[in-house]
Amino acid sequence: MSKAILYDATVCIGCRLCEKACADRNSLPYDDNVATEQVISAHKLTVVMTNGDKFMRRLCMNCQDPTCASVCPVGALRKTELGPVTYDESRCIGCRYCMLACPFGVPKYEWGKVLPRVRKCDMCADRVAAGRPTACAEACPTGATKFGDRDELIREAKDRIDKAPNQYINHIYGLEEVGGTSVLELSSVPFDLFGLHTPTEPLPMLTYRVLSRLPDIVSLGGVLLGGVWWITHRRAEVAAAEAKERQAKKDNDGNGKQ
Amino acid sequence: MRLPKFTFWKTIMTVVLLAGAYATVLRYTRGLGASTNLSDRFPWGLWIGFDVMCGVMLAAGGFTLTATVYIFNLERFRPIIRPTVLTAFLGYVLVVVALLFDLGRPYRIWHPLVMWNPHSVMFEVAWCVTLYTTVLALEFAPIVFERLNLEKALRIQHAIVIPLVILGVLLSTLHQSSLGSLYLIVPEKLHPLWYSPLLPVFFFISAICVGLAMTIFESYMSSKAFGKQLELPLLISLGRVLVVALAVYAVLRFEDLYHRGALQYLRHPGYETNLFLLEVALGLLLPIALLMNRRIRESTGGLYLASVLVLLGFITNRLNVSITGMEASAGLHYFPKWTEIAITASIVAAGFAIFTLAVKYLPIFPEAKAPAARTRQGNASLPVAHGDFVFSQAGKA
Repeated sequence: MSKAILYDATVCIGCRLCEKACADRNSLPYDDNVATEQVISAHKLTVVMTNGDKFMRRLCMNCQDPTCASVCPVGALRKTELGPVTYDESRCIGCRYCMLACPFGVPKYEWGKVLPRVRKCDMCADRVAAGRPTACAEACPTGATKFGDRDELIREAKDRIDKAPNQYINHIYGLEEVGGTSVLELSSVPFDLFGLHTPTEPLPMLTYRVLSRLPDIVSLGGVLLGGVWWITHRRAEVAAAEAKERQAKKDNDGNGKQ
Repeated sequence: MRLPKFTFWKTIMTVVLLAGAYATVLRYTRGLGASTNLSDRFPWGLWIGFDVMCGVMLAAGGFTLTATVYIFNLERFRPIIRPTVLTAFLGYVLVVVALLFDLGRPYRIWHPLVMWNPHSVMFEVAWCVTLYTTVLALEFAPIVFERLNLEKALRIQHAIVIPLVILGVLLSTLHQSSLGSLYLIVPEKLHPLWYSPLLPVFFFISAICVGLAMTIFESYMSSKAFGKQLELPLLISLGRVLVVALAVYAVLRFEDLYHRGALQYLRHPGYETNLFLLEVALGLLLPIALLMNRRIRESTGGLYLASVLVLLGFITNRLNVSITGMEASAGLHYFPKWTEIAITASIVAAGFAIFTLAVKYLPIFPEAKAPAARTRQGNASLPVAHGDFVFSQAGKA
């Protein structure tokens, strides 16, 4: 039932209507200046990157196993059943660990505000929950950005590559990246041309491997420390008792002589 | 001779605190963007790298020494336990203060306590730091109780001190190592000279090294500043343990670099390599060389120098992990803004000031209250009798 976005760069004409639709949906200003910005930021949650005559969309990948949600100390970032990774502003303490941890460098901060929020694409979670497509997919005039069931879109992406192997590189970006994402991308040129990394290991396990051992460390450590204390103090008690005995014996001997 | 020196420091302190006050106003009226050099590409800077990472590390003397005295029953170290616990407690309070500057929404600092995410290292650190600060307050409490002659409170504290110390050691083990675990999540961003699956182990062992070095450092400083007698034989023993801990750390660290094939990065001189070498020279090579030499180890100056080197070396290490090692992947060089430096310097200055006040008004050092104890153990081999401590006193009172 999980939803996804399929972006096919070979169909994209770089019209940026997705950028505009995204800005409108998130109540962000959008003008010619913003349109020229090539990086995502707190005021531009998706970008159509241009490299010669090639395009590539950047937006939150809405990972299947999101690093941001795993590192957030207050659970402000969550993976929903339907696919979107949502951000609950009212929980956020502003530690910015999500920004440090995200392998795609997606979460951005409102640095200019006194009470800032993290901003990122949330795959139009409210629309998706209401059974509607994301704003960007709805706005796309060519079908380059398509919204649908993740499994179906994966099948479709494979189909497109199989039918036109010369037109695509044989890679569905987002199928395996960090264990899979809810945004899938197809391209005719390598993804690293647009600075997209391709880590395949889901990152949350890297820290959870350690965290899951904490109960063991606590119980083992507690017993160990308690044990050491018991032994060292027993020794001190015995030494004290022996000293007392010796003293008593000495006193007795002294008395006997008198 | 003492008066002008005092005035000099007082002037510096005033300048630092004034700059810090102005920076604080900027921070809370203009936001993080205007008051720091942080950015989307570099979200963690000096306040996390120094104030939090180094602050917690420098407070490690607390758990190291309480474990030594209470768990391992090495009673002779008791005379230096009070200033160490005070330093640790102050350290953690100041870490929390620093967080109030760094967090985007400081008034929600309590959120992790009620909004749980057990998968987050940050969540675990938040809980541990909260609990451990409470434990340190309770470990420090008898000093205040004693001053106020609260005998019942003293007896209650005495009854729970062992579980308290064990809890403190466990909590410290967890969050000292977890500060390293925080960076396990960035295998592609942190430079291979520092990224390692063993980060939590390195952070824990180095916390013990720094705990020992900090205890030596602050005993020396106190003896200079407050004219307290130096517990040299105790510090020499600590120096001996310190060199072993440093050696263990050095072997582990280099074995790890070797096994991960990261030593090759040392062949290319550059920004990261230079700062790595600085860290190793300051924190490991020099102090190990110094402490291995018996004459240096058993001299006040030698011990002091070695401990200062260890502190500088591991401060460099924490800054390397949190700043140096993250710059290449971010594609920029981060240097803190004056406001960031002013606030950090003010927090450090406040730490020194509060410590001085505490020493003045509370029975922190044994001499302050122990003329009777000293005559009683007049022939003891240690320069200062260790009979005076709250738990032996409480029973007699």
